[in-house]
Formats: sequence, C-alpha cells, structure tokens
Amino acid sequence: MDYEISLLTTMGVSVLFALSLNLITGFCGQISLGHAAFLGIGAYVAAMLGKAGLPFLATLPLAMLLAGAVGAVVGLASLRVRADFLAITTMGVGFLFVGIVRQQNWLGGELGISGIPDTGLSKTAFMLLTLLLCALVAAFSQYIRKSWMGRVFNGIAEDEDTMRVLGIDASRYKLVAFAIGTALAGLAGSMYAYNLRFIGPDSFGFVESITVLSMVVVGGIGSVTGVIVAAALLSALPAWFQVIGDYKLLVYGGLLFLMMRFSPGGMAGLVTRFFSPVGSVGKGGGT
Amino acid sequence: MLYVELTAQGLVQGAIYALIALGLTLVYGLLRILHVAHAALFTLGAYVGVIVCNASGSLALGFAAGMVVAGVAGVAMFRLAYQPLLRQPPFVALIASIGLYIAAEEIFRIVFGAQGLSFTAPPLQGQIPVFGGMQFKVAELLMMLSTVAIIGVLGWLQTRTRIGVACQATVSDPQMAESFGITLLKVRDINFFVGSALAGFAGVWVALLNNLVEPTMGSVPSYKALAIIVLGGLGSVRGTLAAALVLGVVESFGTIYLGQLLDRNAIAFAFLILVLMVRPQGLFAKR
Repeated sequence: MDYEISLLTTMGVSVLFALSLNLITGFCGQISLGHAAFLGIGAYVAAMLGKAGLPFLATLPLAMLLAGAVGAVVGLASLRVRADFLAITTMGVGFLFVGIVRQQNWLGGELGISGIPDTGLSKTAFMLLTLLLCALVAAFSQYIRKSWMGRVFNGIAEDEDTMRVLGIDASRYKLVAFAIGTALAGLAGSMYAYNLRFIGPDSFGFVESITVLSMVVVGGIGSVTGVIVAAALLSALPAWFQVIGDYKLLVYGGLLFLMMRFSPGGMAGLVTRFFSPVGSVGKGGGT
Repeated sequence: MLYVELTAQGLVQGAIYALIALGLTLVYGLLRILHVAHAALFTLGAYVGVIVCNASGSLALGFAAGMVVAGVAGVAMFRLAYQPLLRQPPFVALIASIGLYIAAEEIFRIVFGAQGLSFTAPPLQGQIPVFGGMQFKVAELLMMLSTVAIIGVLGWLQTRTRIGVACQATVSDPQMAESFGITLLKVRDINFFVGSALAGFAGVWVALLNNLVEPTMGSVPSYKALAIIVLGGLGSVRGTLAAALVLGVVESFGTIYLGQLLDRNAIAFAFLILVLMVRPQGLFAKR
C-alpha cells in the first residue's frame, strides 16, 4: 500500500505542476521553456524555511509568494519579447536558475538540500492533501477559464494584436497569468520538496521544464481534464513499466514529437476529433 | 596578457558556436522554425566522422562522411517532421523539434553507448606557438580558418549564384518567389542540406577538439545556438557570426569574473536576457 500512496503523491505533484503551466501556456498562449525554475524556487523556499523550523503549512504560502513574485518579474521582462523570443528567454531563465543555485553554498550547491524535516502528517494524509490541492487548483483553473479574465487569456492566445485593438491591456493580463501560474508552480515545488525530502539543482533543469511542457501539450493545450490525465499518466508511466525507466526520455521525446506531428491539439484534440462529425474539426491556425 | 588569452579562448569557443549556429540561421531564416533538433545532426555528424575516420584512417573522409550523413538526415527530418507542420502555429514545430532532439539523444545513447567514442589516433593535436608565448592547437587554428572560409563561401553562394538568390528570394517573400518559378520545396531541401551539413562539420571539429563524442554533446550547444541566433537578430548570417564570437568572449571572461556566482551556461543566458531587455529585436537586427 505504501508504494501506491507514494506513487499517487508523486502523480499529484506532477498534476499540480502541469496545471500551473497550463494557466500560462494553455490559457494565455505564452510558451515557457523554463517553468521548472519556479518549481525549484518553491522547493528551495520550502526546504530552507522548513529546515529553519517553520511549520510545514506555513511554508506553502511563502513558497507561492516568492515563486509568484519572481514569476511576475520574469513576466514583466517577457512582455518585451514574443513568440520565438519568449521561448528562448524563458529557456534562459531556466538555465539561469540552475546556474545560480549550483554556485551557492548556502543553497547546498551541486549537492542540494537533504534532511528536509517531516511534515508531521502521515503518508496517507500527505497524499490526501496533495490530491485535495490538485482538485482545488483544477477547480480554480476551470473557474478562471469561464471568467472574463479567462476569455481575455484565450483571446490573447488566439490573436494578441486584435485584443490590443479592442482596447484590452494585454500586457497586464499576461503578467497576471505569469504571476498565478508561477505561484502555483511554487506550491507544487514545496509539495515536491516535502514529498521527497531531498532536492538538488538537477531536479529543476531543462529536462523538467520540457517534461511539464510535454504533459500540457500531450494533454491538449488549455484543456484542464486533458492536462490532468496526461500529467498523471506520464508521471506514472516509468513506475508502471519498469522497462521504460531507462527509456523514459526516449518515450517522452517520441510522444512529444508524434503528438505534435499528428495531433497538435493533444489528447483532448484526439478525443474531440473522434467524437465529432468528419471534417468539422480542422484547427490549423494560419501564421 | 590574461585578457588576450581570455579573448583568444573566447574566440575559439565562439567559432564553434558560429559553425553550429550558422546552419540553424539558414533554417530559421527560411522556415521560421526554432530547430532544436539541429543539435542532433551535429551529434550525428560527430559520431559518423569519428567512426569513419577510425575505420579508414583518413580525417578528410571522416569530415566528408559526417557532413553528407548529417545533411541527408537533415533533409529527411525536414520532409518527415517540419514540412507537414509549416501551417501550424510556430510553437508546434518547436515542441516537435524538442521532442525529436530528446528522442535522438536517447537513440545515440542506446546505439553507441553512454560512455562515448574517441579517435584511436587523434589527428591535428600538435601545438603551434602564436605570439607572446601563447599556444594554439593545430585543430583550433584550422577550425577557425575553416569557419571564416565557410562564411565567405556562403556569402558568395548567397549573392552570386542562382540557387543562393532563389534562397534569398524565398526568405523575403515565399509566395512571390514561387510565382517567379522558384520551387519552394527544392530551395528548402537545399537549405536543410547545407545547414545540416554545416552542423555535421561543426560536430567533427568538436569531436577533434575534445577527442570525445558523447550522446549529450549536442544539448548545451543546441540551446546556446538558439540564444545566438536570437542575439544575432534571427536569420541574419553576419549577425549570427558576430553574436557567436561575442558570446564566446563574454563566456570566457564571465567564467573568470562571475564564476563564483553563475556557471558558464547561466552567464550565456544572463547575457542573452540582458541584451533582449535592451534590444528585443536582437543585437544586430534592424527594426
């Protein structure tokens, strides 16, 4: 039973993380290739504060606050660049985070931080808390999507210039998307830290950023249900098939490529296409 | 003296970056795809070069084989992966490309082994004294010379031959070029072949300089080459060359003066982000 509980917890953390990116990339259409940096910020804040003696539940909001604050700064910087430039800038932010943490002895340097204190919760309670957070974040995502803000996000994702012509301050909305998405990544990060009780800079590198992007993309960019299913499946895949463990990256890379090549709408797109009359779905945005 | 040496080291590194980034610029200029998988062709060229050179004893043959194989693989990649995605929004091709690269890296690891290959009798390893007691490896000097030569030849091809002019026309206005009787597919094939062959060429040089090829040798250059073409203003050959050399020098000075704070990759990306904040269109692009 222990095994299932820890697997479910890991899956829950991945779902949280993927949902946080979905807000930025899925809803608002702003691609990020460095999202793992914010998972890392959350994890490091939680780990440092936890070791300093702060209770577990008090570290969560602080981790969210710092990740969100850094996210807002990155968002502010990202307003100056678009599309391809944005992808490269966010990728740079990811490399910057890992590069800085590696060289800081007070953050554990290459070795990372071990001996993160216990949460005081039983394993089952921690798992339930993770799943509860997933449910809350999913509900929050759905709420945002239906709200006025969510519609503006969607408009920005579809055609930013038109939104500007309509008199909407697209920059402000993009900033909000970045702040919320990165704060939620910080939340996922602190759960990650308390779950493993060990963190190191390599857990928050480019591969993690791509992994979470692949969860969002495979799930179907913007679809909350699709992203939850994809994040849960992709994070559990290596554990279910021990064989895959060694080929995990090959599977990720291959899936990511095949999904984009044959179904740019992800799993959600596949499902929609399957259940809709022939010829009515053909979502190919011209450039 | 230290400054001169740092600059020289930076220029050597910058020339390698330039070779990798040049092919990427050709592809970007034509298709507006951030072609991360370019680094897979770089690695492929390196492997083929080392294997052929070890088997035949001729470095020239190794270079030729590495370039041809990388070039053909590049055209295949274009036809199978990118060509069908040209009508999708640009991030679709970017994510597909990242997936392709991750999968390729794993394939190299599975096929050639994780520990890498090296030359049985590494050629061109002698040292040549330059001025003031400074020494260059023969391979380093030849690599820099060939970079200069290649850029000259590329410039000549682009401006003085029918194919080159057709490429330029396609870059500036594909529809107009097509209506003047240029076969777009042919131009794109040629561009991919040349760009990928350059990646293979760079791969064999890096293999020579380090006397090692490993599955992951492309990962850092691939992200840095993206940073370079962004710095160079996306799609400009001269801008790319300048950006590559500048980045090489910034890195070599940065590791000395900022090494306590940031690692090498972080320095490169910090520089990239700073530049993009000041000049969102890149260092050398005209608005």
